[in-house]
Amino acid sequence: MSPQSSAATSNWPCDVRPTSSRHCFFVIVVSLFPLGIGPEPDLLRKLAPGVLWVAALLATMLSLPRMFADDHRDGTLEQLALAPHPLGLVVTGKVIAHWLVSGLPLALIAPVLGIQFDLSADALIVLTGAILLGTPALSGIGAIGAALTLGLRGGGVLLSLLVLPLYIPVLIFGAGAVDATVSGLGERATCHCSPHLPLPHLASPPGHRPPP
Amino acid sequence: MLEADNLECVRGERRLFAGLGFKLEAGELLYLQGKNGAGKTSLLRMLIGLLPPEAGEIRWKGQTIKSDDFRADLCYLGHLNAIKEELTPLENLLAAARLADEELSEDDALDALEQVGLAGREDLACKYLSQGQKRRVALARLVKEKRPLWVLDEPFVALDTAAVDWLAGIISGHLQRGGMAVMTTHQLVTIPAGTVRELRL
Amino acid sequence: MKDRFNLYRFASPATFYPLAGALIPWFVAVSVVFGLAGLWLGMLVAPTDFQQGEGYRIIFIHVPASWMSMFIYLVMAGWAAIGLAFNTRLSGMMAQALAPTGALMAFLSLWTGALWGKPMWGAWWVWDARLTSELILLFLYIGYMALTAAIDDVKRADKAGGLLLLVGVVNIPIIYFSVKWWNTLHQGSSVNLTKSSMAETMLWGMLLMAMCFWMYAIAVALMRVRTIMLERERHTDWVKAELAGGEK
Repeated sequence: MSPQSSAATSNWPCDVRPTSSRHCFFVIVVSLFPLGIGPEPDLLRKLAPGVLWVAALLATMLSLPRMFADDHRDGTLEQLALAPHPLGLVVTGKVIAHWLVSGLPLALIAPVLGIQFDLSADALIVLTGAILLGTPALSGIGAIGAALTLGLRGGGVLLSLLVLPLYIPVLIFGAGAVDATVSGLGERATCHCSPHLPLPHLASPPGHRPPP
Repeated sequence: MLEADNLECVRGERRLFAGLGFKLEAGELLYLQGKNGAGKTSLLRMLIGLLPPEAGEIRWKGQTIKSDDFRADLCYLGHLNAIKEELTPLENLLAAARLADEELSEDDALDALEQVGLAGREDLACKYLSQGQKRRVALARLVKEKRPLWVLDEPFVALDTAAVDWLAGIISGHLQRGGMAVMTTHQLVTIPAGTVRELRL
Repeated sequence: MKDRFNLYRFASPATFYPLAGALIPWFVAVSVVFGLAGLWLGMLVAPTDFQQGEGYRIIFIHVPASWMSMFIYLVMAGWAAIGLAFNTRLSGMMAQALAPTGALMAFLSLWTGALWGKPMWGAWWVWDARLTSELILLFLYIGYMALTAAIDDVKRADKAGGLLLLVGVVNIPIIYFSVKWWNTLHQGSSVNLTKSSMAETMLWGMLLMAMCFWMYAIAVALMRVRTIMLERERHTDWVKAELAGGEK
């Protein structure tokens, strides 16, 4: 078994449990917007990409502090760092695990919520695809923030301060792709998504050292 | 062979120790002693490469411990148990072995759990176990452990007398096979076999 | 052997501290000279713009502040890279000393931009690519300062802050281009910030002001780094000697 998969699977049962609340948060936040804005379908359709993406960012954010915190608390992080595998692979495993329980379900829920906002079938497909492509980047960038704020007082708030500005490109490209489909620009927008995606992998290795 | 040269440790503003060095050969046990806050755990974390020393060098088989080879030879047991509460003792043991790239069959794992007195609790999630039992799950890793260097932080804490004797036996077996061990402890425990060296901080 | 090693280790801050102290007055003086010259050129000599009237003169603050806000971030990232690569203690202190000045510059740039925008475009704020990027840059500064302030262990603070700076510096171009692309996609305001032809005196005024800000930033950063040094090394002999000497 490869180190990534063993890191990913060994955490599986521990990460799944609180997952549902994180996704309920996503559903509730998205559902609040029509209540605040009003039910006009035209307006909602226009706002949908942004609302869905911002809610997805926040839902991802919510789960980030736990990425390394539990392992840090029970000593598993030390064992992960001391395992005879390259640390980068172990961290990649953690990022994949985080995405599987955070980003992937968001992508599956998003189209259902998109229907509430009267999005067309095309837009729903692009929305799902954009969230599928964008959330790994969110998990990757988030891993950096989670590692840097590990074990700090007020780490959760600090984490959002560090990570949200770095999420902006993902938000812009992700929401932009859906927006372009809604307003009929078509797929041109989608291909702009790709340049950003390799980035978190370039920058993810810091996620290892447990603080002394 | 594990060698440490001229190690220095500074935590916050205090210099805990400086100019510390030792050599550990096959079959030897290093007992770290000292009162609370003397830097025992800091020294252990330096030895396993998690805390860079302020000065000095640590070598394993003549090479710096930053190499991957070192981590393949090292078994570390911290004061945290490194077990997942949601997993059963058996799953914990198998996951730890997999992470360490070790072959551990399910039978071997069950045997180890029986030795630490957890027979019949293999399939109970660890969160239902007592503190001492959780410690035993962590210690069960040592039963089949073949890696030459063991670094143990307070391994005897939270164990009853029978378990202390059992663990002393496991450690001496490891030393007899030509292994090495570094450990801290507050209790006075006699390890039957191997050369015992003491280092007071 | 041990003593020599210790001497080497403490060498940089102990020697840098008096050096910085000696340099500060010079940087302050040069900054004041450049500032006076720049203000004179900008406020009195430069001609009134026939489109924008006198209001445009705020660019003599606005443009240098924007330049410096970006430049300081790069310098901090440079220090961070040096610190992570060579494990030098001075670099972390320098990065931390520069951060508040960088944030101040970013804030100044946004504030003067708003003051300028109101008469020019009729709005305090437009979602222009540059304004938005500058705002995000301010967030990055605040994030860095909050992170280093939250970590008690200075070594870890330097390391974590350095990593954040490097991640930020990789991200800044991506953020800038994404915001630019977002701006064209949405076709919001048709604001065009690029100047047509800039009078030569205006350019000189701006350059002088930029030099003034630059010298100011160095002077303030040196003052701050001296304080950080005293605080971090308060248990070392040279700081004790320094403080004892100061009290006499």
